[in-house]
Amino acid sequence: MPEAAAIERPEENRQEIESAVVRFAGDSGDGMQLTGSQFTMTAAIAGNDLATFPDFPAEIRAPAGTTFGVSAFQINFGARKIMTSGDLLDVLVVMNPAALVTNLADVKPNGIVIADSGAFSDRNLAKAGYTENPLENDSLEGYRVVKIDMSRLTVEAVKEFGLSNKEALRSKNMWALGLIYWMYGRKRQASVDWLEAKFAKNPDVAKANIAALNAGHAFGETAEMPAELGTFDVEPAKIEPGLYRTITGAESVSLGLLAGSLLANLKIAFCSYPITPASALLHQLARMKEFGVVTFQAEDEIAAAAAAIGASYAGSLGITSSSGPGIALKMEAIGLAIATELPLVIINSQRAGPSTGLPTKTEQSDLYQAVYGRNGDAPMPVISVSTPSDGYEVAIEAIRIATKYMTPVMVLTDGYITNASEPWLIPNANDTERFDVNFRTDPENFQPFMRDAETLARPWVKPGTPDLMHRIGGIERSYDSGHISYDPDNHQKMTEVRASKVLGISDDIPEQEVSVGEAGAKLAVIGWGSTYGPINRAVSNMREDGLDVAQIHLRYIWPLPRNLGELLNSFDNILVPEMNTGQLRTLLRDQYLLPAEGLNKVNGKPFLIGELEDAIRARLEK
Amino acid sequence: MNIQSPPEKLKARDFATDQEVRWCPGCGDYAILKGVQNTLAQLEADPKNTVFVSGIGCAARFPYYMETYGFHTIHGRSPAVASGVKLANPELDVWVVGGDGDMLSIGGNHTMHAIRRNIDLQILLFNNQIYGLTKGQYSPTSKIGTKSPSTPLGSIDNPVSAAQFALGVGGTFIARSSDILQKHLPEVLKRAYTHKGASFVEIFQNCIVYNDGAFKHFTEKSIQAEMQIHLGHGQPLLFGEDKSKGLVLNREEMRLEVVTLGENGITESNIAIHDETNLSLATMLAQMDPPDFPVALGVLYAEPAPTYESAVHTQIEQATKDGGTADLNRLLQRGQTWTVE
Ligand SMILES: Cc1ncc(C[n+]2csc(CCOP(=O)(O)OP(=O)(O)O)c2C)c(N)n1
Ligand code: SF4
Ligand SMILES: [Mg+2]
Repeated sequence: MPEAAAIERPEENRQEIESAVVRFAGDSGDGMQLTGSQFTMTAAIAGNDLATFPDFPAEIRAPAGTTFGVSAFQINFGARKIMTSGDLLDVLVVMNPAALVTNLADVKPNGIVIADSGAFSDRNLAKAGYTENPLENDSLEGYRVVKIDMSRLTVEAVKEFGLSNKEALRSKNMWALGLIYWMYGRKRQASVDWLEAKFAKNPDVAKANIAALNAGHAFGETAEMPAELGTFDVEPAKIEPGLYRTITGAESVSLGLLAGSLLANLKIAFCSYPITPASALLHQLARMKEFGVVTFQAEDEIAAAAAAIGASYAGSLGITSSSGPGIALKMEAIGLAIATELPLVIINSQRAGPSTGLPTKTEQSDLYQAVYGRNGDAPMPVISVSTPSDGYEVAIEAIRIATKYMTPVMVLTDGYITNASEPWLIPNANDTERFDVNFRTDPENFQPFMRDAETLARPWVKPGTPDLMHRIGGIERSYDSGHISYDPDNHQKMTEVRASKVLGISDDIPEQEVSVGEAGAKLAVIGWGSTYGPINRAVSNMREDGLDVAQIHLRYIWPLPRNLGELLNSFDNILVPEMNTGQLRTLLRDQYLLPAEGLNKVNGKPFLIGELEDAIRARLEK
Repeated sequence: MNIQSPPEKLKARDFATDQEVRWCPGCGDYAILKGVQNTLAQLEADPKNTVFVSGIGCAARFPYYMETYGFHTIHGRSPAVASGVKLANPELDVWVVGGDGDMLSIGGNHTMHAIRRNIDLQILLFNNQIYGLTKGQYSPTSKIGTKSPSTPLGSIDNPVSAAQFALGVGGTFIARSSDILQKHLPEVLKRAYTHKGASFVEIFQNCIVYNDGAFKHFTEKSIQAEMQIHLGHGQPLLFGEDKSKGLVLNREEMRLEVVTLGENGITESNIAIHDETNLSLATMLAQMDPPDFPVALGVLYAEPAPTYESAVHTQIEQATKDGGTADLNRLLQRGQTWTVE
């Protein structure tokens, strides 16, 4: 693409840095998500490791220029392993005053703020609650502020394509992207290719966007930028060779569900009811029809769970998915799956609660609901997703457990993981060991609740199988025959066997490992779910500072890994950071009678590395 | 040579399980059970491909007594469970059984959606106008003024008409029968079975313990002929002893009227003809209530339409064709990728 190549000049005096955190923030209509994902792709191609986090407004079409209509995309990219999307921003790009007011607090002291001064009109300032233009007074002291009239420069750059002013302004995100590409010495080619493909049917729009991208880049190059800002170079990270893509938690879970169903040789029936942030999964699965995936948008969450159970009963793999309030609605049906011992996978994309809570904000507060949240003694395996790419393996594991043990399994993921992304070394689907389901077809000595001696699972029979007609239901079942039984001793026995079956899974899952550091350290920091990244970085950093700390991160919440009690006992102190008020801590105290201490936060935002480092220091530097 | 003898025809009793039936003596559910077993025998239904799904209630115990596949689920949710069964395996014959509380109160939402999606289920609602299993509270079909443990001074809310509800939500097959109509019931059930799509059958069922005689105003022998009209597609809407009464359509006022043949010059040619595909007529028939009108029994409405599950699987087949061979590795690599050397 000669146009872009022509102005690609060698750079001098770039400052080499290990990593950087950049956030693009603007109005919902400013295309910040696209800008962020383009920057991400280019960083990935440049060989950086990275983590991203999009922050969408809760309102669908918030009025332009308002603070609640601000959309942002953050990327942390580096020459080293990147564990989180970053605590504080090196660079904040704001496309209007609302984006400035809502994001400024996250910028590092002396960090760079690049603002489209063209959008700082009186009207927009008023909408953001400014009485004075912050670009014109000293309120941004302590930051390095770059005011550029990106709006005007974009309109000028795309003049030749005959677009209306409004259309022209749509390219200003590409102008900003071009400028940031220049700051970090990035090639524009991937974005040029992408724009040409995206607007193949609309070549003028493609050209305008490319022109804006080039203009932003050229602006930096032609020394119109204040020299003291500098330009940076982020070298490639040491990354395992192979073919990569970026992946969000929603993508990894949905791909894992599909992979797991293929490994089990089952067809998926994915039954769900829309809810933020879980809908992303329904949308993903709905586009996998060529694999025979059935998706069913039910009338509500319990119907979705019930339909999934019906599908499992009929020999498909029933999967249902929701977020906190929807999971609560499913619970009675989940109890039925526990009672009738049918496989079912429940994906819970947790969000801040109770009730509607904060739909777009993340939390890990459904652990109680997952482990304890049903009527009766109703044990159910629970496993959790730790990173955006981890969902692939976790979903496969959920299906393995559900089908091998004839049980519902709940997968806990969360709003952060669902939307965040990271690079993923694409696995070969054929490398995972198969676990084909064997449906019972032999009528000899058949009883619907006769258990496998090892797994305690009952047989799975598809209706349609000759000579195996039988009835199942939620009324307590007689130990082998499954007939209705009100016998108290039988209920005792059945309750115990349901518990043993689930607890027995701990012999079929890996022993708990220490992620960073060693057993026996002064302090173990134990977490689960999306706190993996920040805990990992914080513990690594503190160990570099000479502190005797280790990280343990759980995938299996119930049953817990068989060696966990012993492992935890080897540490002097146990700290449990969670985005809830202490739910795993309760479980650990209950199971192991340990004085586990909580570090809890529920402000809708993931842990910062700094917060965890402070907590670790406070406990070890007494 | 391998000579196959034709499989022996199953009799009604072959559809009965060895489980002791636990309904109260004299409960209308016994007669319905017999009617369904007779129907399946007459249809030569294959027990291995037949599934009964139910919710919770006296009526919902039904699957335990059928020598087929059976799933006794949770209160109100049987239409949803059954929808999942049918989506997973459209080859199965799926029957859904529940009471008026199960299907119109806690499960009203699911009943509505199963019907409007037109999933190929036979939905049998045993309407006894009471909550039997929980010992006699009034239900959403109970008449105003029903005295029950929860309404000692009489119920005050308007009852729902099951058939009108089913018509209103876009049902493609709506019929009615009664526990005591042992010839009529299997005929209606056979029609329901043959209909592709959601077949909704309201069966009036006497709860001898908590609501005895709830339907006697049209089921009692002495008044049966006067208070019931049995519908037949293309047949004149006649009823009464010697079929001396009939229904005519008052076109000005858009409603049905009861007339007597021979009175005021009325002959059979004036009598309205039942047309199962006429939604307005079905609605008027469903609205009829004694003592002014007879209760309409039989197939009120039947208008075949594509089923939900067939559309789901057509989309899948189409996607399979369009997408070529489904290759997971190719899917994993979809979108922008890059290679790290
Ligand atoms: C979630 C839930 N709520 C309430 C009940 C209690 N319950 C069981 S059956 C029933 C009503 C039964 O009435 P109906 O559906 O008309 O069936 P019938 O017994 O009359 O045949 C109720 C309220 C239950 N089992 N589950
Ligand atoms: S309570 Fe009524 S509906 Fe229930 S079994 Fe007894 S008679 Fe039948
Ligand atoms: Mg009832």
